[in-house]
Amino acid sequence: MIANRSDMAVIKPFRIAAAEPWRFTVWHGLVLVAALLVALGIGEAQAAAAEKPGIIATILKWTPLLAQGFALNIAMSFLAMAIGTVIGVPLGLAQISLLPPVRAGSWFVTQFFRNSPWLVLLFYCMLLLPFEVNIGGTIIPLPGWLKSTIGLSLPVMANVSELVRGAVRSIPFAQWESAESLAMSRGQTLRMVILPQCIKRMTPPWMNLYAILTVATPLTSVVGVSEAMTLTGDILSSEARTELLVPMYLYLLLWFFLYCYPIARATLALEKRFQVR
Amino acid sequence: MPWTPDQPLVRLADVHKTFGGGVEVLKGITMDVMKGEVICIIGPSGSGKSTLLRCVNALVPIDRGSILVEGQEVNDPKLDKLALRRKVGMVFQQYNLFPHKTALENVMMAPVHVLKRDKKEVERQALALIAKVRLTGKEESYPGELSGGQQQRIAIARSLAMNPDVMLFDEVTAALDPETVKGVLVTIRELAEDGMTCMIVTHEMGFAREVANRVYFTDGGVLVEHGPPKEFFASPRDPRTRQFLDQIL
Amino acid sequence: MLHETSGIKLTIFYDAFDRARFFNGFLTSVRLMAVCLVASVVIGVVGAWIQGSRLRVLRLITQGYIQFFRNTPPLVQLYFFYFALGSYLKLTTGNGIAVPIVSNFTWAAICLSFYAGAFNVEIFRAGIEAVPRETLEAAESLGYSRLKAYAYVILPLAFRISLPALNNNLVNLIKTTTIAYAIAVPEMLYVANQIWSDESNVPEMMNVLLITYVSLVGILVWVMGRWERGLRIPGYSPA
Repeated sequence: MIANRSDMAVIKPFRIAAAEPWRFTVWHGLVLVAALLVALGIGEAQAAAAEKPGIIATILKWTPLLAQGFALNIAMSFLAMAIGTVIGVPLGLAQISLLPPVRAGSWFVTQFFRNSPWLVLLFYCMLLLPFEVNIGGTIIPLPGWLKSTIGLSLPVMANVSELVRGAVRSIPFAQWESAESLAMSRGQTLRMVILPQCIKRMTPPWMNLYAILTVATPLTSVVGVSEAMTLTGDILSSEARTELLVPMYLYLLLWFFLYCYPIARATLALEKRFQVR
Repeated sequence: MPWTPDQPLVRLADVHKTFGGGVEVLKGITMDVMKGEVICIIGPSGSGKSTLLRCVNALVPIDRGSILVEGQEVNDPKLDKLALRRKVGMVFQQYNLFPHKTALENVMMAPVHVLKRDKKEVERQALALIAKVRLTGKEESYPGELSGGQQQRIAIARSLAMNPDVMLFDEVTAALDPETVKGVLVTIRELAEDGMTCMIVTHEMGFAREVANRVYFTDGGVLVEHGPPKEFFASPRDPRTRQFLDQIL
Repeated sequence: MLHETSGIKLTIFYDAFDRARFFNGFLTSVRLMAVCLVASVVIGVVGAWIQGSRLRVLRLITQGYIQFFRNTPPLVQLYFFYFALGSYLKLTTGNGIAVPIVSNFTWAAICLSFYAGAFNVEIFRAGIEAVPRETLEAAESLGYSRLKAYAYVILPLAFRISLPALNNNLVNLIKTTTIAYAIAVPEMLYVANQIWSDESNVPEMMNVLLITYVSLVGILVWVMGRWERGLRIPGYSPA
């Protein structure tokens, strides 16, 4: 390739902020808390005027239930991430296989699930997986939340697969060559030289993927899983009070923020540390 | 007072320029460039040479003093910058060709878009200019497909297409691979021999000695000394000039 | 018939009513995607232009808009537009029934366009900023006015730089249009849901749905990829 035969770049190297991974910042938290306080204030005033129980008291009353729902969100995110990673890593390695059919097949699977809307995949698993499976005589029930977790793990798997492929390709070719010159086999090179370097590069984007997945778990409310978002809706309809609507949803968002923000910070710290090579 | 060709084409008088951080890069520069004259400005890095050229082209506004190009004050808020820039061509260290256009298109763009000249006629002129910089056959190449020296020669042709009265060269060979420097210098020398007025900032001492009518040495934002190249290089008067020449010759 | 021999109930291929339903859903989806694609790009260009304006107030408003739409889940935005804003925008007819002024489809289109548009603003702005200042200087030294330099040099370059990121965002937009289901826009997913409820042919419809979506995304990826290659600057490979 004749590209950039002269070293003077015609166009500056650049990074597009919007293409960078989305993550929670401390500003989200501040805005969220401020909005919640304002909403609580307005709600309390409305409740007092209508001589109904206070908003804060009502929210606190429902907090244990909400926490149960939120625990389900977290459980689903953990499990989907685990399944997605366990299948995604071999899938990604298959994408760099020397066998053309394996490469093509794994590429197709990856692209297929990367390009499918999450919601459609959720419906797919929700409606097509059986309610129980029989493995060697033991009957394992598949409740709705588990089925939608599998639905969520499919795009995770495809994204992990791409992460692995990208990370392996980002290792300079000289590393392969020098390992080969030491008479290492391809498997040994991968295992001992390439992958250890990949893990470092993959960890931050992998954590980001987890944050995105966690924020996406409320999507399962559309297919009827009783997670935090569904429960919030249920609480709101049982209370039937319009002044509760905004504070309640903001409160729910705050839960997600409090969970995801430390992860975002940790990701950022890791990225910084790995940048200094 | 209308400008006549017997007056300096470019006249700088007590030009001062301070950048945002309080760094004074030009501390009262005065010089005259007559029509057809070729001057070379040399000096250590950071002595304000590039800034000087940028001021002449109104890319950088000056704080104090006066710059006249054909009798027109550059340091005038009412100045028609576009009219000035049609008279003054500039070639940059990094060539700055437009990477999404072919070599021919790069040369043709400004006459067509800015001067609104007839496309056919501009194309004829552009082809002649590309031949002049010895790049016939590269018309349809994109900048990224050319070597640094070739890109720089196209950049010179691009400036010439505007039929400027004076050409400014800002360290045009500094970013080039050694083997491509010569072609660019030959192009500039031919231009000078054709009678083009040139202001050249350069580190190529041999070239300056050969092509310039007058050499200026700047250091720390002031003009230290100047003179015809033979005298200037043979017997520099100022110790700073002597030290500089000792270092690089 | 396929159904009789194999038990596969692809009613949308032989039942005129289902076929019409599904086709309408498909058209609604495609329309929603097309409207959002165009609108979000327009929003992106206008927003990037405002971001470069001298009026601080305008810049701040755009910044606020970007932050809001980038940092909240699109599903929450959709609910907010539809339930919160939609509840105010209602006309009461003569017989006392409140009729929404803005249809579900329009709400989904507005919300998703603004959602993807927020990313597009950032993408285009970054593209403009990636063009070196020296290139603008070169254009100016050739006598170009600021406006002309933008039209002929800066924007054509910026657009090429932005294209890969724009592609990603538009593909993401196409996938996100499915959430219009949540406010009952009769798009493909919604219609498919009706069909499998009536015909109890969930597996068939599910597969049709998945393949249709993946194909639509695939077409976009392919078209944008070709466009990207067509606009590639010879001799220049991005780092």
